[in-house]
Amino acid sequence: MSRIEETFTRLGNTGEKGLVVYLTAGDPNPRDFLSYLHGAADGGADVLEVGIPFSDPMADGPTIQAACRRSLAGGMTTERALSLVSSFRKIHDTPVVMFGYYNPFLQYGVRDFCRDARSAGADGVLVVDLPPEEAGEMAPEASRSGLDWIALVSPTSDGERVRRAISIGSGFLYLISVTGITGVRKSLPPRLLRWTREVKAQTRLPVAVGFGISHPAMACAATSHADAAVVGSACVKIVERHGAGRKGPDALRRFVRSLKTGMR
Amino acid sequence: MPESAGKRGPDRAGHFGPFGGRYVAETLMTALIDLEKAYREAVGDRRFREKLDVMLREYAGRPTPLYFASRLTAKGKGAKIFLKREDLAFTGSHKINNTLGQGLLAARLGKRRVIAETGAGQHGVATATVCAMMGISCAVYMGEEDIRRQEMNVFRMRLLGAEVLPVLSGSRTLKDAMNEALRDWVTNVRTTHYLIGSTAGPHPYPMMVRDFQSVIGKETIRQFRKTEGGLPSAVVACVGGGSNAMGIFTPFLGEHHVRLVGVEAGGLGLATGSHGAPLCRGRPGVLHGSKSFVLQDRDGQIREAHSISAGLDYPGVGPEHAFLKATGRATYVAVTDQEALQGFDLLARTEGILPALESSHAVAYGFRLARKMRKSESVIINLSGRGDKDIAIVAEARRADRVPH
Repeated sequence: MSRIEETFTRLGNTGEKGLVVYLTAGDPNPRDFLSYLHGAADGGADVLEVGIPFSDPMADGPTIQAACRRSLAGGMTTERALSLVSSFRKIHDTPVVMFGYYNPFLQYGVRDFCRDARSAGADGVLVVDLPPEEAGEMAPEASRSGLDWIALVSPTSDGERVRRAISIGSGFLYLISVTGITGVRKSLPPRLLRWTREVKAQTRLPVAVGFGISHPAMACAATSHADAAVVGSACVKIVERHGAGRKGPDALRRFVRSLKTGMR
Repeated sequence: MPESAGKRGPDRAGHFGPFGGRYVAETLMTALIDLEKAYREAVGDRRFREKLDVMLREYAGRPTPLYFASRLTAKGKGAKIFLKREDLAFTGSHKINNTLGQGLLAARLGKRRVIAETGAGQHGVATATVCAMMGISCAVYMGEEDIRRQEMNVFRMRLLGAEVLPVLSGSRTLKDAMNEALRDWVTNVRTTHYLIGSTAGPHPYPMMVRDFQSVIGKETIRQFRKTEGGLPSAVVACVGGGSNAMGIFTPFLGEHHVRLVGVEAGGLGLATGSHGAPLCRGRPGVLHGSKSFVLQDRDGQIREAHSISAGLDYPGVGPEHAFLKATGRATYVAVTDQEALQGFDLLARTEGILPALESSHAVAYGFRLARKMRKSESVIINLSGRGDKDIAIVAEARRADRVPH
């Protein structure tokens, strides 16, 4: 059983909802990023998504675009991101999903990346721009290396596409709440709950809802029919606001804790 | 009439050999699948093809002439030089061929809003034009840097009722405009058609745009046969994303003795790293939804391109060009900013034609090629657009060089 599966099994047994936190590797700089990552884990995040920065993040809103710029300006590379995960793994057991756009993985070498990510202690990989049609380039390699392949479904995915995502995915299924880019939103789309229930009924994979979730009440509502909420931009905004130093990771820890408490 | 889809690749999943594909977020997949389906149905529908033919003829002014450039030929003392006059197509470039096709398709799909990206503004103008003519709302993403250097086209788009949305991210050029257009599309995908202007982007765009543009090459073959007989020795076109080049190359692909040469933006020189020549100096990678040659660093971060011509200022290139390079069917070279400016002057002074700076790259290389060829041979240069939009840039370059004029 993978570390991600174990986590969701534990959560399922206690009836607790999961929290997935996204941060961009190397934001605001490599050392402080690690403190933020620890902060998120200490605050109770159940899964961490570590974003490999990309120069052209097409599916991301202004917050994560800015994080990518800060991270790249600080010299972050795929290799260094993996070594940060490796440092994190020495202290925490929280599952880590490597999150990114395909080109940096492709240039690193898909096989090498999967192997190195696994040995750094990562547990899964999510590639935004590898839909099922193109996933054959990486998903089998990820599985062979012992990484879960986090597949996505969106509000525009019809029944057939949802089934296809479920069949290639493992660990958990990422349900994108709205048609759009990442970023903090004020409310959840009205049809989300019904749709979550429909997807949930088709799979035994845990379902995590993401995109736009920015505060505890939203996280709570989003998980009324799902297993977990993904909070990205709202956490990245804390990094943006505090930057380097000790205050930021503390603020993130408190925010993450409030999200967890809000989902009880 | 567009080439029947799929006749010359890509495969069903949009791959040209190892290139192409659909590397996009899940949210866009259904729209891409629907678009491909609608496109295949449309090209199979006689009424759609007839409607497009009528629009190309009566609205866009096709066929454009194939002009024998006698003074340029005399100056070169080599092969005969012909110009395919896409600069005479309505709106001033070949872009109208594709925007008419996709505009009709958007209407067929019931989309009431169209978005586009533009570099030089030619595609933006062509899109705004077709949207105005069809009563569809239009938003065009354009990098702030391009807005500055292509002010006249921005004004033209606004006169046509389009909204021009400045893009402030990244290099503030075509690449970033495309990112922003993709972000808009992923948000408004149910109501909006993304009218991509080049043979780049995810499948079915490279195939569809090529098919809509291949009217250029088909006319060229017919016109050349009529006046000269046979086929030319070489066809030369500039390559940014690659739509005018694919348009003229495609009908020649099976004619193996016709040399096909794509001319990329050499910028300040290939050795300087400041250029827009992914086929000459890039590596295979994934950008904007397809796999092709890309300018990038070791870690796969996309590098900023540079070219004096906004339309070639792009770090990627259409996947079919990557395939033609890999198979050796076409060759790709680069021409610097300075050489392109010389090409601009050359055509102005010998033929009285101001070419777009993009097309000036093809002129510069085509002329050089013709000089080395025999008088019995012929070279066709695709003059993809007219140069009115570039006059301020040419003037600025002159001042910078202190060239007396």
